[in-house]
Amino acid sequence: MTTEAGALQFASVSKAFGSRAVLKNVSFSVATGTAFVLLGRSGTGKSVTLKLLCGLLKADSGVIRVNGEDITKFDSNQLSSIRMHMGFLFQSAALFDSLSVGENVAFPLRRHSKKSDEEIRHQATSLLERVGLGKEYDSMPANLSGGMQKRAGLARALAVEPSILLVDEPSAGLDPITSNEIDQLLVDIKTDQHTTLVVVTHNMQSARRLADQMAFLDQGELLAQGTVEELERSEEPLVRDFMSSQQAG
Amino acid sequence: MLQRQFTLRGCDLNQTSLDPQPSLLQEGLSTAESGLSFLGGLSLFALETVRESVRRPFEGGEIIRQLAEIGWRSAPLILLSGLAVGGVLSMHTRSTLERFGAESMIPTALAFALVMETGPLVTGLLVAGRVGAGIGAALGGMRVTEQIDALESLAVNSLHYLAVTRIIACVIALPLLTVLMNFSGLLGSYLAESSIAATPFTHYFETAFSSMAFSDYVPPTLKTLVFGFIIGTTSSYLGYNATGGAEGVGRASTQSVVLSSVLLIVVNVILVRLIAFLFPVGGA
Ligand SMILES: Nc1ncnc2c1ncn2[C@@H]1O[C@H](COP(=O)(O)OP(=O)(O)OP(=O)(O)O)[C@@H](O)[C@H]1O
Ligand SMILES: [Mg+2]
Repeated sequence: MTTEAGALQFASVSKAFGSRAVLKNVSFSVATGTAFVLLGRSGTGKSVTLKLLCGLLKADSGVIRVNGEDITKFDSNQLSSIRMHMGFLFQSAALFDSLSVGENVAFPLRRHSKKSDEEIRHQATSLLERVGLGKEYDSMPANLSGGMQKRAGLARALAVEPSILLVDEPSAGLDPITSNEIDQLLVDIKTDQHTTLVVVTHNMQSARRLADQMAFLDQGELLAQGTVEELERSEEPLVRDFMSSQQAG
Repeated sequence: MLQRQFTLRGCDLNQTSLDPQPSLLQEGLSTAESGLSFLGGLSLFALETVRESVRRPFEGGEIIRQLAEIGWRSAPLILLSGLAVGGVLSMHTRSTLERFGAESMIPTALAFALVMETGPLVTGLLVAGRVGAGIGAALGGMRVTEQIDALESLAVNSLHYLAVTRIIACVIALPLLTVLMNFSGLLGSYLAESSIAATPFTHYFETAFSSMAFSDYVPPTLKTLVFGFIIGTTSSYLGYNATGGAEGVGRASTQSVVLSSVLLIVVNVILVRLIAFLFPVGGA
């Protein structure tokens, strides 16, 4: 077993929903402490890939390794223990609507740490401050804008200080300035905490800023994969279009 | 005319004259099939929750929260319904017993009717309506908005945290609510009675329970543990597996009420037989 491949590895993974094949024999790996940006048109299976990476969906075939361990054969307890070190930002944010924004962020801390209530509140507040929501501790998720929910979701994903962070479109619905701030936050997390990042985004500007490696998913296959420069030189017209069309924004 | 019919029959044997029967049969078969697959899925889910319920962590805080929501918040509904049911029962009982000159038996007859069957069943159906719909909608909503996935991603066993806690709360709440229903029913009947014949409150209650033994009271009340389990598992199962956005949530909620009520009524028949078999004196 070649485990030095990195924190995350997809080896010939296929996934279908009924008769719709979403991923066909997809392989890639992400080295520890680097950022992997997944690009692709809408509906090509980017969110599905992220869910497979933390075992929320089961692959039909292939091997998915997290820190060298094949999670496709894990039971729910084993998955739980590996998820202790993973953070996931859902495309829909998926905040618990029965809890306040602050309690959403505090939720994983209350469950998985032995800290006092005061410490947890303090930590949740400072996480909210990092995503620019310092004043929203007591707001309910339903009363936040889409972009604010997204940032609260990111704060919740960061709460357990994950060594692997999976984020689904962190800058969707954000203005350019906030979007820059979130990108900077992700870069900081990567450099300071040596966190492995997998980022799905449509925003080429933030993709360039974040990515150590990029991959372009189309019709269930990876059309191209490599560094930003490598993808820019890609022969594939679709990839070149994608890389250049949004150069400005 | 005749000839045409003949040729039609000759050519399109399946599509014309014989058509309605196979399609009806097929419809019946597919209904039976989906019914069986529902029961199969529900049984597996129920087994899984039972197995999960003994695992750590026990989620005590969440169970208490659900007990408050399922038990405490249902209390006003049960209390009011109990008063009304007791009042109506007493009117019927009076008109029946008066014919035999047995008015003095009214409290006893009422207590038996309430405790043996009316109390448990009405409580079960009321809770199936209020709580079944609530659980179906709450879990269904969490499913379609990815909140259940979010729980899982935060290393929480969502089945235990969401379903097992609610099922345990239902199982604990149902017998307690049934006791409340029995007492408020008796109170309702006393209020209705006292408007006709003045009897002291304590005397009424003493007469009601004077000829009732432990084995009359306890088994019918404890059978509601099973009702609670049925309501909790059915509605959790439907909500937990909801698909298809807001419409799917609505469907899960409606089906939770319908299917847990039906299952409850059917299983009640078996339980009544079982209790009659195990406690022959009281059940006969
Ligand atoms: N739970 C599911 N059941 C059935 N089909 C699904 C499910 N989840 C995803 N799909 C299908 O898989 C395909 C890929 O979905 P996915 O959400 O991964 O797309 P995406 O690349 O993230 O798109 P977007 O950029 O719009 O978010 C879609 O065609 C979708 O219909
Ligand atoms: Mg997506």
